[in-house]
Amino acid sequence: MPDLLSVRNLKIEATSYPPGEPPKTVTLVENVSFDVQKGKVLGLIGESGAGKSTIGLSALAYGRGGASITGGQVLINGKDILALDRNGIRTIRGCKVCYVAQSAAAAFNPAHRLGEQVIEASLRHKIMSREDAEKRALYLFRVLGLPNPETFGQRYPHQVSGGQLQRAMTAMALCPNPELIVFDEPTTALDVTTQIDVLAAIKHAIEETHTAALYITHDLAVVAQISDDIMVLRHGKTVEYGTTKQIIEAPNEDYTRALVSVRQTKREEAHDQSNTLLKIEHISAGYANGFKVLHDVSMHLPKGQTLAIVGESGSGKSTLARVITGLLPPSEGKITFDGKELPKALRSRTKEELRRVQMIYQMADTAMNPRQTVRDIIGRPISFYYGLHGAKKTERVKQLLDQIEMGDRFLDRYPAELSGGQKQRVAIARALAAKPELILCDEPTSALDPLVAEGILNLLLKLQEETAVSYVFITHDIAIVRAIADSVAVMHRGKLVRFGPKSKVLSPPFDDYTDLLLKSVPEMEIGWLEKVLTTRRMESAGN
Amino acid sequence: MAALGPESGPALTTGTVAGGESLPQTGTLSGTAALPAAGKVTGTFWRRFTLRRPLAALIIQRLGLSVGLLFAVSLMIFGGVEALPGDFATTYLGQSATPQAVENIRKDLGLDRPLTERYVTWLSGAVKGDFGKSWASKNSVSEQIGKRLGNSLFLAFFAAIVSVPLAVALGMLAVQYRNRLPDKIINVVSLAAISLPEFFVGYLLILFFAVQLGVATFPATVYDSMGFGERLSAIALPVATLVLVVLAHMMRMTRAAILNVMSSAYVETAELKGLGAFRIIAKHAAPNAVAPVINVIALNLAYLVVGVVVVEVVFVYPGMGQYMVDAVTVRDMPVVQACGLIFAAFYIFLNMAADILAILANPRLRHPR
Repeated sequence: MPDLLSVRNLKIEATSYPPGEPPKTVTLVENVSFDVQKGKVLGLIGESGAGKSTIGLSALAYGRGGASITGGQVLINGKDILALDRNGIRTIRGCKVCYVAQSAAAAFNPAHRLGEQVIEASLRHKIMSREDAEKRALYLFRVLGLPNPETFGQRYPHQVSGGQLQRAMTAMALCPNPELIVFDEPTTALDVTTQIDVLAAIKHAIEETHTAALYITHDLAVVAQISDDIMVLRHGKTVEYGTTKQIIEAPNEDYTRALVSVRQTKREEAHDQSNTLLKIEHISAGYANGFKVLHDVSMHLPKGQTLAIVGESGSGKSTLARVITGLLPPSEGKITFDGKELPKALRSRTKEELRRVQMIYQMADTAMNPRQTVRDIIGRPISFYYGLHGAKKTERVKQLLDQIEMGDRFLDRYPAELSGGQKQRVAIARALAAKPELILCDEPTSALDPLVAEGILNLLLKLQEETAVSYVFITHDIAIVRAIADSVAVMHRGKLVRFGPKSKVLSPPFDDYTDLLLKSVPEMEIGWLEKVLTTRRMESAGN
Repeated sequence: MAALGPESGPALTTGTVAGGESLPQTGTLSGTAALPAAGKVTGTFWRRFTLRRPLAALIIQRLGLSVGLLFAVSLMIFGGVEALPGDFATTYLGQSATPQAVENIRKDLGLDRPLTERYVTWLSGAVKGDFGKSWASKNSVSEQIGKRLGNSLFLAFFAAIVSVPLAVALGMLAVQYRNRLPDKIINVVSLAAISLPEFFVGYLLILFFAVQLGVATFPATVYDSMGFGERLSAIALPVATLVLVVLAHMMRMTRAAILNVMSSAYVETAELKGLGAFRIIAKHAAPNAVAPVINVIALNLAYLVVGVVVVEVVFVYPGMGQYMVDAVTVRDMPVVQACGLIFAAFYIFLNMAADILAILANPRLRHPR
C-alpha cells in the first residue's frame, strides 16, 4: 500500500521582476523528497525563505504568488496530483487535503459567518448533507474547545479572538474529513498561553480523527510536541530528515544543532540600583473612546541597564511605550527621566528631551521609508539633532554602520534590498544616531528567525556595553527576558503583575499569572506538552 | 481605500463647503475610525450612543451631514446667482431698457428688497417645495420643473437599470479572464466609449440607428399623450448614449475593487477549498468589494441625473437640463436657482445613500462585538 503523501524530487520555481533588470527565474525549492503515512505528522522546520510553506502548498498543487511547481511528483495515495487538470485539482483541495493558514484572522472572509465558512468545502464537494456538516462542525467546535459551540458558527470573524479563529480554521480544515491537513505556522501569531491551548486542541483533533498532517513552523520546540518525523529545511533544500527523537536529541548537521541549541546569550544581572534613569509612577492611560488600557503602573530603570516588559498581546505593554514616548499622554501619573519630570505630551517636550529617548519597532519594514536610502534613514536624526551635513554627516553614518556591523557598502541601499535582520540593524543605527540615553525596543526580534534574532540581541548587548545606553525591552518571549534583562515587569490586562530584579521575578514563589506564562513556554523536549497538560488537569482537579 | 473621511467627517456638519466640491463622496470604509471622533463632538449621551449603536450613530451622522451640506449649497447657489453679471430686466427689455422701465421691473420682482430677506423668503419657500414664479413665463416654477424632472428621472432610471448590472457583470467577467482576451476587449471597448465626447456618441448613434438603419426614433422628444411603449422607444438612443458614457467608469472600478480583494488571504483560502472560479469571485470577493463599487455607482447615477444636459440637447429631450440651460440664457433666476438646488439635492442624496450602503455592507459595523 502506498504512503498517503509522497513527495519526490520536488522543484519549485518563481519568476521575480527586479526593478530595471530583465525578469529572472528563482529556484525556491530543489530536490525535496519525503513521505507521510496515514495518521502521522511530519514537521517541516526552517527559517523564513526556507521554502516550508511553498512545500506545504505543493501538497494542494498550489503555487502562491507566481510560484510554480516545475519538477518532481506529489503523490497522494499513489496518484500524481500535479498531472491533474483544473477540475481534478479541485477534487483534491478542500476534500482530500486541507490547509490551515498562519493568520486565521486574514484567512477568514470577513463578510460571512464562521459556521458557513467552516462547512462550505464539505457542501461544495458534496461530501455530506448540510445537516450532517453542521453536526460535524458542532462536534469539531467542541473537540477544539471553543466557547459556546452551539452558537459559535453564528458569529463573524471579527467577533472572536485570534486564538479562537485559529481553532475555527482547524475546524474548517477537519470538517470535510480530509486525509491530510497542512498546518502552516498555526500558532506563530498567538500568545504563548493561547498557543498551548491551540496546540493541545490540534493534537487532540488529529488523534481523534486519524488525519495525517504536515506541520510547518520555525519553532523547533513546538514541532517537537506534535510531530512524528521532522524535516529541517534551509534555502529550499533538505538539511536533515529524521524522526523527531533523532533530530531533537542527536542532530547530525551543524545547522540543526544551531537550531536546537539557539539562545546561548546570557548576561549577568546588574545589581546597581543607585542611578535611576527612568521612573514611572502610577501611570493610567486610555484612548479617546473611554477605553482604559493601563491601570496604575509603576516601575523604574537604573542607568545602563535593561528593563524587560513581558506580557501577552492586549496586556498594555506597547501602550506603556507610547506613554513613555509621549505619543499617548497618560490620564494620571508621572514619568521622571534623569531626575526631571517629562512633559506628558510629545508636543510639549523639548528637542533635547526627545533626543534622549529613541525607539525601535517590531516591524523594521513599516518603520522605514521605502524610498529613502540607508544614508538618508540614518542621516536624518544626525542632521535633525546635531545639525551635521555633508561629509561630516556621512562620516557619522559610516561610523554607525560600523557599530551595527554592516559597513559602508550599504550606504546607498534601499530598505527593500536588505534582509530582515539588516533592516532591524539599520533601525537600531537610526535610534543610536541621536545618542540617546534610553531606547525603547518594542518586540524588535519577534518578526525575525531565531538565529537572526540572536544576532540582534547580541548587537544590542554589545552596544549597551559600549555606550551605556538603557533599554526598555518589550517582548512576549520569556527566553529573551532570561537572556538580556536586569529587571523584569510582568503585565497582564493593563496591570502590573510583578516587578523586580530578574532573579526574583523569574523564580518561585510565583503568582498565578506569571506561573501560567512561564509554564506555557514550549521547551525543546519531547512530551513536554503532555506533561504540562497533565499537571494542569491535576491542579484543576485538586482545586 | 479611502479611509480618509473620518477625521474631517464630524467637523463638516456646520457646512464649511468653501470649495463647493467637498461633497461627501469619500469615506468608503470610514465607518470604524469615525467612532471616537464623533464622541468628542457632543456630550456624553452621544458618546454612549455611538459606542452602543455604532451603526445607527453613523447613519444619523451622515444624515445630519447631508442636511448641513444642502443648506450650505443653497447659500452658495443663491450667492452665485446673485453675483452673476447681467440682469434679467435689461435682458428682458432689450433695446427698450430705459432706467425707469428697468427700475419698475426690479420693483415688480422684489429685487429692491435686501439680499438676506430675499434669501430667507426663497429658502423657506423651497423647503415647502415652492420655488416661486418664473420671471420669464410667470408660471409656477415647481409645476414646470415637476414635469421636466419626471422626464429626466425616466431617462436616468432606464440608463441606470441597463448600465449598473451590465457594468458589474462585465467587471466580474473581466476579473475572471483577467489579462486575457475577453478582459482586453471589454477594457478597450469601454475605454473607447468613455473617451468619445457624449454628443459625438449621440450623433454617431443617430447617424447609424435613426438615419441609416431607421430602427430608432429621432428626435427623442416625449409628450404627455405618449404611451409607455412609445416613450421607451423614443428614449432608446439617449439611454444608449448615457450607458456608453457611464459604463466604463463603473466597470473598471468593479474590476479594480474585486482584483484588489482577489489577492487577499481569504480568497486564497477559498481557492484552497477547491471552489470554482466564479463562486470565488461572486461569493468571496464581491461582498468585500462593494463599498468602492457603490461609491462609483452613486457618482455615475448622480451624473445621469445632473450631467445629462448635453445629451438632452442633442436628442431634443424635454428634461431638466434643457430647461436650466434655457433659463440661464434669459437670466430667469428662480428657475436657475430651483434647478441648481434640485441637482445638488440629488447629488448629495445619492452620495449619502452610497455612504450609508457602504457602512451597511461592512459586517464589523452591522454586527458589533
